[in-house]
Amino acid sequence: MKLSGLEPLVLNENSNFINVGERTNVAGSRKFLRLIKEEKFDEALEIARHQVDGGAQIVDINMDDGLLDGKESMVRFLNLIAAEPDICRVPMMIDSSKWEIIEAGLQVVQGKCVVNSISLKEGEEKFIWEAKQIKKYGAAVIVMAFDEVGQADNYERRIEIAERSYRVLVDKVGFPSEDIIFDLNIFPVATGMDEHRKNAIDFIEATKWVRENLENVSVSGGVSNVSFSFRGNNTVREAMHSVFLYYAIQNGMNFGIVNPAMLEVYDDIPKDLLELVEDVILDRRDDATERLLDFSETVKGSKKEKTVDLSWRENPLQDRITHALVKGLDAFIIEDVEEARQQAEKPIEVIEGNLMAGMNVVGDLFGEGKMFLPQVVKSARVMKKAVNYLNPFIEADKGEEQKALGKVLMATVKGDVHDIGKNIVSVVLGCNNYEIVDLGVMVPPEKIIEAAKKENVDVIGLSGLITPSLDEMVYLAKEMERQNFTIPLLIGGATTSKAHTAVKIDTQYKNAVVHVNDASRAVTVVGDLLNEKSANDYVAKMKQDYDEFRTKFLKRGKEKSYISIEEARKRKYKIDWETSEITKPNELGVQMLKQLSLKELIPFIDWKPFFISWDLHGKYPDILTDKVVGEQATQLFEDAQAMLKEIVAKQLLKPKAVFGLFEANSINDDDISVQKKGEEVAVFRTLRQQLKKREGIPNHALSDFVAPKETGKTDYIGAFCVAIFGAQELADGYRSKDDDYNGIMAQAIADRFAEAFTEYLHKQVRIKHWGYTASEDLSNEELIKETYKGIRPAPGYPACPDHLEKETIWELLDVEKIIGVTLTENLAMWPAAAVSGYYFGNPEAKYFGLGKITDDQVTDYSERKGIKKEKARKWLHPNIADQ
Amino acid sequence: MSNIKEVLKERILVLDGAMGTMLQAYKFTEEGFRGERFKDYPTPLQGNNDLLSITQPEAIKTIHGKYFEAGADIIETNTFSGTTIAMADYQMEDLVYELNYESAKIAKEVADEFTAKEPHKPRFVAGAIGPTNRTASMSPDVNDPGYRAVTFDELRIAYKQQVEALIEGGVDILLVETVFDTLNAKAALFAIEEVKEERGIDIPIMLSGTITDASGRTLSGQTAEAFLISVSHIPLLSVGFNCALGANLLQPHLEAIASKTDFAVSAHPNAGLPNAFGEYDETPEEMGAQIEEYLKRDLINIIGGCCGTSPDHISVIANVAAKYKPRPHAEEVVVPN
Repeated sequence: MKLSGLEPLVLNENSNFINVGERTNVAGSRKFLRLIKEEKFDEALEIARHQVDGGAQIVDINMDDGLLDGKESMVRFLNLIAAEPDICRVPMMIDSSKWEIIEAGLQVVQGKCVVNSISLKEGEEKFIWEAKQIKKYGAAVIVMAFDEVGQADNYERRIEIAERSYRVLVDKVGFPSEDIIFDLNIFPVATGMDEHRKNAIDFIEATKWVRENLENVSVSGGVSNVSFSFRGNNTVREAMHSVFLYYAIQNGMNFGIVNPAMLEVYDDIPKDLLELVEDVILDRRDDATERLLDFSETVKGSKKEKTVDLSWRENPLQDRITHALVKGLDAFIIEDVEEARQQAEKPIEVIEGNLMAGMNVVGDLFGEGKMFLPQVVKSARVMKKAVNYLNPFIEADKGEEQKALGKVLMATVKGDVHDIGKNIVSVVLGCNNYEIVDLGVMVPPEKIIEAAKKENVDVIGLSGLITPSLDEMVYLAKEMERQNFTIPLLIGGATTSKAHTAVKIDTQYKNAVVHVNDASRAVTVVGDLLNEKSANDYVAKMKQDYDEFRTKFLKRGKEKSYISIEEARKRKYKIDWETSEITKPNELGVQMLKQLSLKELIPFIDWKPFFISWDLHGKYPDILTDKVVGEQATQLFEDAQAMLKEIVAKQLLKPKAVFGLFEANSINDDDISVQKKGEEVAVFRTLRQQLKKREGIPNHALSDFVAPKETGKTDYIGAFCVAIFGAQELADGYRSKDDDYNGIMAQAIADRFAEAFTEYLHKQVRIKHWGYTASEDLSNEELIKETYKGIRPAPGYPACPDHLEKETIWELLDVEKIIGVTLTENLAMWPAAAVSGYYFGNPEAKYFGLGKITDDQVTDYSERKGIKKEKARKWLHPNIADQ
Repeated sequence: MSNIKEVLKERILVLDGAMGTMLQAYKFTEEGFRGERFKDYPTPLQGNNDLLSITQPEAIKTIHGKYFEAGADIIETNTFSGTTIAMADYQMEDLVYELNYESAKIAKEVADEFTAKEPHKPRFVAGAIGPTNRTASMSPDVNDPGYRAVTFDELRIAYKQQVEALIEGGVDILLVETVFDTLNAKAALFAIEEVKEERGIDIPIMLSGTITDASGRTLSGQTAEAFLISVSHIPLLSVGFNCALGANLLQPHLEAIASKTDFAVSAHPNAGLPNAFGEYDETPEEMGAQIEEYLKRDLINIIGGCCGTSPDHISVIANVAAKYKPRPHAEEVVVPN
């Protein structure tokens, strides 16, 4: 269903529950009725505005009252709302039992509204006529489960009326089924009358039936009805609403009128109450009502109280500031900092004294492993807020400058776009009183050198994820040497390693080069490097350590031996093509996928790497209950879930994908000819393992998994690119509000979505588009373990480390034009949350690591690919054996 | 008449350019506008361009012909202001039927002439339905935001008259254009649906909104996507944008809807933004280059020009359009193997 105010509201199968604001209803709100009667429209508008601000995604407006001119009031109020962009940005729900009021409302709203409601109550003719009018006005409609006989009050009647209404609307009116919402009547339970016992469960089961049997429709209802018999006992009512929604949503209710203030968190319902309420809602016991009534006597009148422990507010000022920093609480920090400022002689002292004292505690706890990265980033958020507050005072008090411990330049190197790790290190260093000069992503070396000189920095930190970034780092080290730099160089990022740093980078630069593999080490490393007394010793020690490591590493390398490429080809992996099962894809050609809901991807998310990006190591979900990091992991996970929910609800990220399935044969051993109707449209060049192996162990290349041309059989291959758009904008939005924590969170979640999307798409390809697996019933865990048939290796990763192959994929699928993912000069994908690769469907296809190759293959590869050997060498060099 | 839906699948269709700009060249005086028939009409008539279909039909025909010669597949009738609401300025409410009927007839005659000459390239006439000069969802009175100068029903009735006359005059398509208030457009669509039902006919509808400025919204405040959703309840031949902006500034808004609709997408931008003298001075070549960007991005099925464009512009645009395939209009694009 698509609705609109000034802005779109797009819902699909997998959207979250849509909450309709119901306070602008004269039947439901005495206050609103009074304001309309007294023509206090300004105040009435405030109620509408308050609802939208509070998260209502649709505003329901009802003027049905005996003492009002309903039509006039509806038109007047909607016209006034139309002049308030912050209200009319959401779609309107025009709510009346009178057709003339509904029609009057439809005539004054430009967006696509929802009509609430029509039904078969007065016969089919009137129902059809109203539906036809609504269709011409361009609105969605709520259909009440009501017919000539009366209101549906059991399971069978709900289904009967819903089905009949649906058939009339779809078949006779031609009403779009996606614009139909059924209100299946929520009636009270626990009234003491036996015929009401099944009211809730009948609604829930009917909801399930309707969603499963009536294609595209939605189901709605007014939730507070269910607890009507417990009026005055909010504890019980809130629990009932929450339990009811819990089951109703699970069964397909996706729209509802719910007062968020009257809702308990399902997990927070005390176990004893939960059981009693579930007994009532689900009609599980004959004495359920009595038992809940007895319980309700014990909690009668007790109001819900959110107990927030504010006892720390009684403590002395410094303790409060430290507490706020350690706990990452920003609610009182301005107040406390202002108090400190008034006590201090100069505003700068608040930073150097009070705040640094607090951050030192954070630093110590972090160093001792008692605080974890996500917490530190939250502390930084509080720190930033405090510093921003103080800055104007410091400016006014000229001549003072905050003395940082040192200045650190941070950059993601040329051609690379990945910066989560870099951002984390920046934040951690920043809250340890280092000044950060962050040059962002894709920074060319000249700019790094220039900025380092101009800003007179004390350390340079480089980050990168893709393999070509390693060369950029080597180049920068050379340049630093050439230009007589003396400051230390830090190396970090997923593709970097101690080995590469020691062997390739350290040798280029006489001064300190340190590989920092996790953010938590950054503070101690930079501290040691900049400590005037011990720095020389530390650097000498590092240099020596790397030298030893290098020697050992190179020796180890020499012990391996390689066979020639011809020899390796003779030892290729052999599939018996006579018997091997080849499935022709159901859909050959290129397809794009744009309309997918993020929600559909959530089950495919692998959370483990998410925790790793925050330096929390362990297996999900065990990590949540881990003795050491469990609490932090849980907190982080909850924050991630909250953001995930917001991202899904507001569609802040956009998944897009393009993929294609083609005829293919392997040719000349190591190439794969991709064809359309027998005509070659692209050639994938694969690389073959050359490590000398035991007899009988094959030397793999990806081309081995595709039937050779000589077999005369047509085989197939696929290629894909998926990407998540919008992460950068989202992260920047948080950063502009000094919220690095959520900035990093947004990027980390986008990365998870990209991987999840890849998993999702691969599954769709296996079971549908290619269809070599008829059905698959794998759990997410099994998916992550990749227990399915077929593989999807990605250029730049172990089986096919050559990033240049991405260009072939880009050309074949027209990736840039179709979904807008671009390649940087070093072939990183932009947006950064993206994955591209091949699909191999043969049951024998499996992942392998190429390992090292020798010069003969490099020559051969460059000739096959038609590129200069120099170029091939450049891109393959991390895989070229030193000989 | 060839089925325009079929033709749309095969190629990008070209819409004509500005009528007003072309009429300016004739420098018609008050007498010219009046002609013999309205010589003693009580109100001043200069500037009532729609009236020229009656008083200067040869000029209108000539302009239509020039656009067809330049390569247009579709021309718009000279009826932008052909409603009782807009004609009230000239006290010509009673002439609305005749104006629309005659304009449609003239345009259809020219189109049929060209179709007969070049049967492989059928020409179409779109009945132009403008926004009127009133807005249904905004108040013209800053002190009373709840006030409205026109109601949905008034608009619906006025549009219905215009639509009936255009259809009887022989148009092939109805073009609801320059939509700056979506509610006005919804009234027009409602009227068209009523006429279709009453007469038991089907007629393709093109709908074209106007993004007024850099905010990226319509005058009535909707985003491009919200606008699209608000008018998608009626099966349209095409949806798109025209006027207010030049081709370059229109592009992001076309992108915003092109990926979200199964309807064909149309654009007829202005020849740039007006200069200090209120003239549009983007040359045909400049405009053609901008439009080629749309085509490279697969955004378009129907392309033409609005304010400031001439047959020269349309000629360049037609040549560019001929080089490209039309945007495929389905949610999942399947490129046949």
